[in-house]
Amino acid sequence: MSKKIVATTSLAGCFGCHMSLLDIDEKILDLIELVEFNKSPIDDIKVFTKQCDIGLIEGGCCNSENIHVLKDFRKHCNILVSVGECAIMGGLPALRNGIPIKECLDEAYLNGPSVRHNHKGIIPNDDELPMLLDRVYPCHEIVKIDYYLPGCPPRAELIWNALVALVTGDELKLPYEVVKFD
Amino acid sequence: MGQKITIEPVTRVEGHGKVTIHLDDKGNVKQTRLHIVEFRGFERFVQGRPYWEAPVLVQRLCGICPVSHHLAAAKALDVIVGAGTGDGLTPTGEKMRRLMHYGQVFQSHALHFFHLASPDLLFGIDGDPLIRNVIGVALKHKDLAVQGVMMRKFGQEIIKATAGKKIHGTGAIPGGINKNLSIEERDSFLKGADPMNADKMVEWAQAAVDFFKGYHKANKALIDGFATFPSSHLSLVRKDGAMDLYHGVLRAIDTNGKKILDDVDYQDYLDYIDEEVRPWSYMKFPYLYNIGPEEGWYRVGPLARCNTADFIPSPLAQKELEIFKAYTNGKPNNMSMHMHWARLIETLHSAEMMRELLNDPDLQKDDLVVKGTKVKRGVGLIEAPRGTLFHHYEINDQDQIEMANLIVSTTNNNEPMNRAVNSVAVEYMTGQKEITEGMMNAVEVAIRAYDPCLSCATHALGQMPLEITLYDANNNLIDKKRS
Ligand code: SF4
Repeated sequence: MSKKIVATTSLAGCFGCHMSLLDIDEKILDLIELVEFNKSPIDDIKVFTKQCDIGLIEGGCCNSENIHVLKDFRKHCNILVSVGECAIMGGLPALRNGIPIKECLDEAYLNGPSVRHNHKGIIPNDDELPMLLDRVYPCHEIVKIDYYLPGCPPRAELIWNALVALVTGDELKLPYEVVKFD
Repeated sequence: MGQKITIEPVTRVEGHGKVTIHLDDKGNVKQTRLHIVEFRGFERFVQGRPYWEAPVLVQRLCGICPVSHHLAAAKALDVIVGAGTGDGLTPTGEKMRRLMHYGQVFQSHALHFFHLASPDLLFGIDGDPLIRNVIGVALKHKDLAVQGVMMRKFGQEIIKATAGKKIHGTGAIPGGINKNLSIEERDSFLKGADPMNADKMVEWAQAAVDFFKGYHKANKALIDGFATFPSSHLSLVRKDGAMDLYHGVLRAIDTNGKKILDDVDYQDYLDYIDEEVRPWSYMKFPYLYNIGPEEGWYRVGPLARCNTADFIPSPLAQKELEIFKAYTNGKPNNMSMHMHWARLIETLHSAEMMRELLNDPDLQKDDLVVKGTKVKRGVGLIEAPRGTLFHHYEINDQDQIEMANLIVSTTNNNEPMNRAVNSVAVEYMTGQKEITEGMMNAVEVAIRAYDPCLSCATHALGQMPLEITLYDANNNLIDKKRS
């Protein structure tokens, strides 16, 4: 049987979900026996080089680039999994929903005590910077998501067991301790 | 025809960023920029939250070193609840937090060196990108990979025992800590089956320093010459000038080693530090206010700390620091790749500190929290794995946060990282007809040396895009290449 191919990305997330994946510790060595990694921040593959079986998404969408990456993942991954609260419902970054984005920018670049000499009132707006969205969107509002792994971050065992289940096709056991929030 | 090169995403660093390099008609590097493309708005949306939420909220800016944010926020709140700065806590409160922090530095440094940076050293900057990653290391250098994985695991287990959870724990609370360390927990770290015990971690950390020194000997030109440029350096140091990653006073030295800040109480940080905003990056540019934005920028992190500290208060790391300082005749070390060396010396120091703390009976005592008279404003600083981290909160009469200001470690390194990118781009790309993957990775290697956590820097995190786009002299897009 050829190895299943996995891709991962971090959108508007804190990378904690990726760190939790690394918290499977020694099993990382088993993991690379089990699957092959394609596009992922942990390796140097920056664009999809083939169609993938499983895509793991950390974080929701807060800017135009997140949307672009998420759609690209949907296109290149047969199964897409929202990993963690940010991907599932926006998480901490979504605390900005309900506050006009202008107020957030003003606070960071104009009103803060250590930018008091920004006399020109510069707020970053270069063409190289993606457009901020009006609010932070959970992934399933942008593309179809097949599975959800709860937690902030989901525990290492949950991510591991879910990956094994997806690869082997065996049913995943979900005891309460594993799916409760924290 | 000039061109613009974009490297996007920058991989094997933590965060969202991209690099653009503009070349002119003759192929000379005209302009380089490291753009941070994420924005969170944390300073605004935390307003109105009860102050005690800060240590659990803020760490969700960054899952790579959440403990640093957790502790910096808690230290700011110590001031607010009247428990004083740093040394006002009970011995158990302070030492549990220190243990948590050294566990954090240990795991984060191990992650960076083994998982993110070692592939460049082991396979070469222009090695095959398909194996130039931690998986390649695991397949080709299994012993080394296992060491890295187990060192990270040890640090994460220490965090779990002190903070309650490996990622986004809850241990530190305003004025102290919410648990002590049981005898069973302590013994599991001191007497754990090989390799999961403190002695082994010290031994492995020493071996990692030796590995780097050996590599350095064999690759002097790369390690000494790559992205080297003069700068000032800033960090916390203990009152007596010792390296202290948890608490101290601010010290900065200039490129000749002259102290330009010393013995500064960080509650007054605003008298010394200011931030510049530039339109092309969400990450701000901090600098020393009295020197000004042009010359006042500085480096933070392991290299800066090994430069600013007079000595390290643990014997094995102190020995290594002496060798490190002797290499530049006691002058500040300005070589970006020596950041790896300094990081491993700190890894050894953290292992020694964990062992020392685990043997301290104060960790089993019950006096956990201190309370005093509440005040409205508190500043908390800590030396996070990536450098000095500033948290500043002000609260109102309803105990709600009214103002929050963060200057995170990677933001402090914004200008240095931009300089490093520029120096490598000029060296590798000037006059080249074709941009190779190896040249693009060289730019990333320079950024990676700073172990940037671009997530917390923009108060965001994730993959850092590196994309090289070629623009002509009139700014028309000619070519775009993702490495
Ligand atoms: S779910 Fe939690 S751990 Fe995962 S990215 Fe969001 S804040 Fe970080």
